[in-house]
Amino acid sequence: MLSPVNVSLESLNLITLAPMLIPVIGALLILVIDIIKGGLDKSLYVVLSILFLALDFGALLESAGVFSKEGIMLGVFDVMLIDGLAIISQFIIVVTSMLFIPLALTNKRFHEFSYPEFFALFLFMIAGFQFMVASDNLILIFVGLETASLALYTLIAMHNRDKSFEAAVKYFTMGALAAGFYSFGSMVFYALTGSIEINQIAAVLEANNYADIGFVLVGVVMMLGSFGFKLSVVPFHTWTPDVYEGSSAAMAGYMSIVPKIAAFVVAMRLFEFLIHAHIVWLEVVLYALVVITMTAANMWAIVQTDVKRMLAYSSISHAGFVMAAILIGTTQSNSALFLYWILFSFTNLGAFSMLWISRQKELPGYQKTDHSFEKFSGMIKTSPMAAIIMGLFMLSLAGLPPFALFWGKIYMISSAVTGGYTVLALIMALNSAIAGYYYLKLIVFMFMKDPIESNVDNNGQLYVANATTALKTIIGFAIIGTVFAFVALDSLLEFVTAFVYNSGY
Amino acid sequence: MLDHILSILIFFPAFAGVMGFMINKESMRAYGTAVAAIEFALSLWLWFSFDNSVSGMQFMEHMALIPSFGINYILGVDGISLFIIIMASFFTMIGIASLSPAHSIKNMIITLLFLQMTMIGVFAALDAIVFYVFWELSLVPMLYLIGAWGGPLRIYASVKFFLYTFTGSLVMLVGMLFMAYFFYQATGVWSFAILDWYRLILPESFQLWLFAAFFFGFAIKVPMFPFHTWLPYAHGQAPTIGSVILAAVLLKMGTYAFIRFSLPLFPDASVFFMYPIAILAIIMIIYTAMVAYAQKDIKQVVAYSSVSHMGVIILGTFALNVEGISGSIFLMIAHGVVSGALFLLVGVIYDRRHTKLMSEFGGLAHVMPRYATIFGLMLMASVGMPLTINFVGEFLSLLGFYQQSHILTLLAGIAIVVGAIYMLTAFKKIFFGEVTNEKNRNLPDVSKRELLALIPLSIITVWLGIYPKPVLGPINNSVEAVVQLMHNKATSHEAKMRIPNVSGVVISKTAMKEGH
Repeated sequence: MLSPVNVSLESLNLITLAPMLIPVIGALLILVIDIIKGGLDKSLYVVLSILFLALDFGALLESAGVFSKEGIMLGVFDVMLIDGLAIISQFIIVVTSMLFIPLALTNKRFHEFSYPEFFALFLFMIAGFQFMVASDNLILIFVGLETASLALYTLIAMHNRDKSFEAAVKYFTMGALAAGFYSFGSMVFYALTGSIEINQIAAVLEANNYADIGFVLVGVVMMLGSFGFKLSVVPFHTWTPDVYEGSSAAMAGYMSIVPKIAAFVVAMRLFEFLIHAHIVWLEVVLYALVVITMTAANMWAIVQTDVKRMLAYSSISHAGFVMAAILIGTTQSNSALFLYWILFSFTNLGAFSMLWISRQKELPGYQKTDHSFEKFSGMIKTSPMAAIIMGLFMLSLAGLPPFALFWGKIYMISSAVTGGYTVLALIMALNSAIAGYYYLKLIVFMFMKDPIESNVDNNGQLYVANATTALKTIIGFAIIGTVFAFVALDSLLEFVTAFVYNSGY
Repeated sequence: MLDHILSILIFFPAFAGVMGFMINKESMRAYGTAVAAIEFALSLWLWFSFDNSVSGMQFMEHMALIPSFGINYILGVDGISLFIIIMASFFTMIGIASLSPAHSIKNMIITLLFLQMTMIGVFAALDAIVFYVFWELSLVPMLYLIGAWGGPLRIYASVKFFLYTFTGSLVMLVGMLFMAYFFYQATGVWSFAILDWYRLILPESFQLWLFAAFFFGFAIKVPMFPFHTWLPYAHGQAPTIGSVILAAVLLKMGTYAFIRFSLPLFPDASVFFMYPIAILAIIMIIYTAMVAYAQKDIKQVVAYSSVSHMGVIILGTFALNVEGISGSIFLMIAHGVVSGALFLLVGVIYDRRHTKLMSEFGGLAHVMPRYATIFGLMLMASVGMPLTINFVGEFLSLLGFYQQSHILTLLAGIAIVVGAIYMLTAFKKIFFGEVTNEKNRNLPDVSKRELLALIPLSIITVWLGIYPKPVLGPINNSVEAVVQLMHNKATSHEAKMRIPNVSGVVISKTAMKEGH
């Protein structure tokens, strides 16, 4: 006979759901507004999204406060797990989204922003990512992952160009494959341990001393494949440049940051206990993946002729660099991962926004793609301010001090040094040197070549054609974050380290 | 104000550079000269208030930057860095003042002011990361200077310069992170402060690896023999002002860093690597001298001779005794003055004829007597004539190394004599004989603007050649402290032997006096 389910509402700890529910409510509200009165301007939806994200941010502050007092929180039948990792990554997700969404307020009209559904999907996607990072239940992670991914595919397709459809379909197919890998991997772990909670899986495997190592490896391979796709680790990266090229520059910048931090957090939860159990095979494979991803992506980036594709490969390389943190697996390396990603999000969003404000509707003859290198030649003569700003972002991406990414880089390399990975530290350093070449290539075009005639005539109007006050403000934020990162670094580092350490990573 | 004079020296030019965006294009050179003159006056004031009797750091500044990771903004000067800072501000001043008209001169002057910030920052920084920040940042203005105002191959040259140095310094950065980690292991605190690192005694095996990592970064910057290939391109393509600053100041960053980092941090490794490095230095002296002899372009002759003299600086540094190191620091100043002046002189003739090929010239002594005189003086200084500034430095460097190895010193000495051959040949080709090329017949002699830069340099060349004490005194004082530190820190017997005990010498001298 079934006994009546008797759960007190307090034990559910529903407050843990608040940060995810806020964007969901926001998305529903946007849909309702559209039903009541259609044809409203995009600015309304942009501001509404920002407001809901701000509320979300407030809820996160609240949980951060609770976490620093009481430690890890569980909720909703222990499915939700609010620890330091979840909180920091949600901060990154929400803040980056807040910086991204005003990029919809462009000067030129773009198809996708005229649909309120775009903003609703955007908020659903954020909720999905938030669920993904705030759980160690493999099923909830899967649900969050798919919610976010399906929304993202649609957002890309809404850009409404041939290449965008191609990108969306490509991303969708690859994503479906990754989802298949993921569910198969989860199944193997469930079959092995009878649990879908990562900490339970770890405990059971620990207890029987990894007796079924063969099956564990099958599960790990599946999971590696799945997260390889999501993190665009070589050789699972093939979709990345095409998808970035097909989506708008703003979207590409967003995709290089937010989905990846969510995947990093899950990968950290999943692989870290295996690394600490000294499964040599996983260490070797991860080591190889990290090195190959960094190096190969850098090589490909060198030969690109389009700035956006170059940045796509560069973001693959950065992801590989950061993957090293999971391999090293110390508190310092995990903090370095978050620090790096926070600094990276400012710089990369800035770089992609600079591409976004120079987006044309029709391409002149000398330009084969939206953002070919030739487009930027001699930019210093026609619009010096924009050239200097773009140059700053490139120098930061190359890891030149004192700009933002340099600090992330030294902390990451230092964590490799302290973790005993001397050769890896050297490889990471040398890869930064290789990467220097292609970032420099854009600087060479901007500062050392002569401008193309038509650009001189219209006084560099091209580079800011799409700019509005909102976009310029976002770029201003990105610059402040990039140039003055060292001011906030100490408190940032302490905050991140404390949160990572207190979550037991 | 004296408490923060180093910060002011570093950030004043950068601030002025930002403000420079508001200045009208026509008035830009006057503005740049004024800023650089103020900066030079400040650096002279620094010298004036510098206490010559103190061997340690002065005008220290300390500000927390990222204390939880041991990174702090620490500045200070001692006798080793003081004169290089003065030289950096001096060369920026005369460089801007004598700038020949070029396109987008406003951008050029702003770039130079930023470059000045990074140069002074490198020599004043006492925290490894702050040092690294300025060290790397100095690449960017130089990249732009060469790439935007250079010759036909400017883009190749500038990118090669950037990537070469960038790669080397990243390896050095890994070395720095290791050093900080060892410090953390020994003390439980993260620190990148150089003065903290001085207190850390490392086992010899660690020293060797770290020395190699730092060496990679420094050697590319100097540039030492197998890593020198970027320099002829950079010099060949750079505009005059770029070559002047590159030769006079930027190359000194490498040799300065050897004295600031490698020697006191890794005394055993320094002794271990003394001979290999000395041999590299001698190859560098002889090989580049031979290459210089084969050049057709005046600027390349000067560039290769500049590399050749950098070899002597390295040799002096790795003599590991007071004479050698003091001599090499003095030679850094001398080399800066002389090769800076030579590049300016090449720029003078290039502005008139837009060619640097020696075959285009001949008999210029008849047409431009004043130019020929100054060129002759600088050339004599460059080959190390007694009573010129270079002689003092070269002599002391070789004297220092003579105590370590007689044969190698002899080789280096011969190579310096060989250096005279290519320089004199070049001088003969350009200045003596009949005027063969009609275009040269009516060239104007050096103008007032050019003299503004050349005369002070000539005066310094002779003055410090005859009476080097005002500069050599403070240098010597600080070097003694460094050598003593190395001697105390050395762990191996060999190193204790090779690095003299300075205070011991002083004590024995006083003991002798008492004995009398």
